[in-house]
Amino acid sequence: MRIVVQAEPFDYGAECARFAEQDGGVGAIVSFAGVVRSTPEAPVTLMEIEHYPGMTEAALSRIAEEAVQRWQLVDVLVIHRHGALRPGETIMMVATAAAHRAAAFEAADFLMDYLKSRAPFWKKEHGPEGETWVAAKETDEAALDRW
Amino acid sequence: MKVDVVYFAWVRERIGLPREQVDTAAATVADLVTELRAREDRYDVAFADLTAIRVAVDQELTTFEASLDGVREVAFFPPMTGG
Repeated sequence: MRIVVQAEPFDYGAECARFAEQDGGVGAIVSFAGVVRSTPEAPVTLMEIEHYPGMTEAALSRIAEEAVQRWQLVDVLVIHRHGALRPGETIMMVATAAAHRAAAFEAADFLMDYLKSRAPFWKKEHGPEGETWVAAKETDEAALDRW
Repeated sequence: MKVDVVYFAWVRERIGLPREQVDTAAATVADLVTELRAREDRYDVAFADLTAIRVAVDQELTTFEASLDGVREVAFFPPMTGG
């Protein structure tokens, strides 16, 4: 299990390749990356990500440990950035390794649902019209109920 | 007792500082909020809608009813938006 919270960019491809070097018991690897999005309808020039040092690492570790136990994961990786990011930059990633794909997919889905509303990060988007804090969605909280 | 109070995101912006040490007699988080709101308008404005604010005590998510007994750090912030 590896949990990383950092301001620096990371190489998603290289992290996936390194994570894929698992022992023989692993039959499935799932990875997900979140990227700063900017569209003509909702242009974003910069995304600022704030976090709660100390609590962030503890919350991510707790969420990852629960995923390991529930889906008998062989390995899990979470990388989450903070600071100023531009459109197209990778914000975060999760990767899961399990014996079979159902466990790897479900665990990755679980990790993302919990990361969204239980890891102390806050996003502020800067655009041509000014800056706004990204509001949590009611569906984010509701998503936790399915677990 | 002295408690470190930390603020994040728009709560931090409305109050105007990221962290402060507060000398308080509050028994619970809710009591602490009442004390802070009575101090100055900027606190009153920041805490006007508590349904929009989450709280952590010693870096664990909790509720406004939580006791402050032996607590070192209380954090106030909007709902989290990770991922």
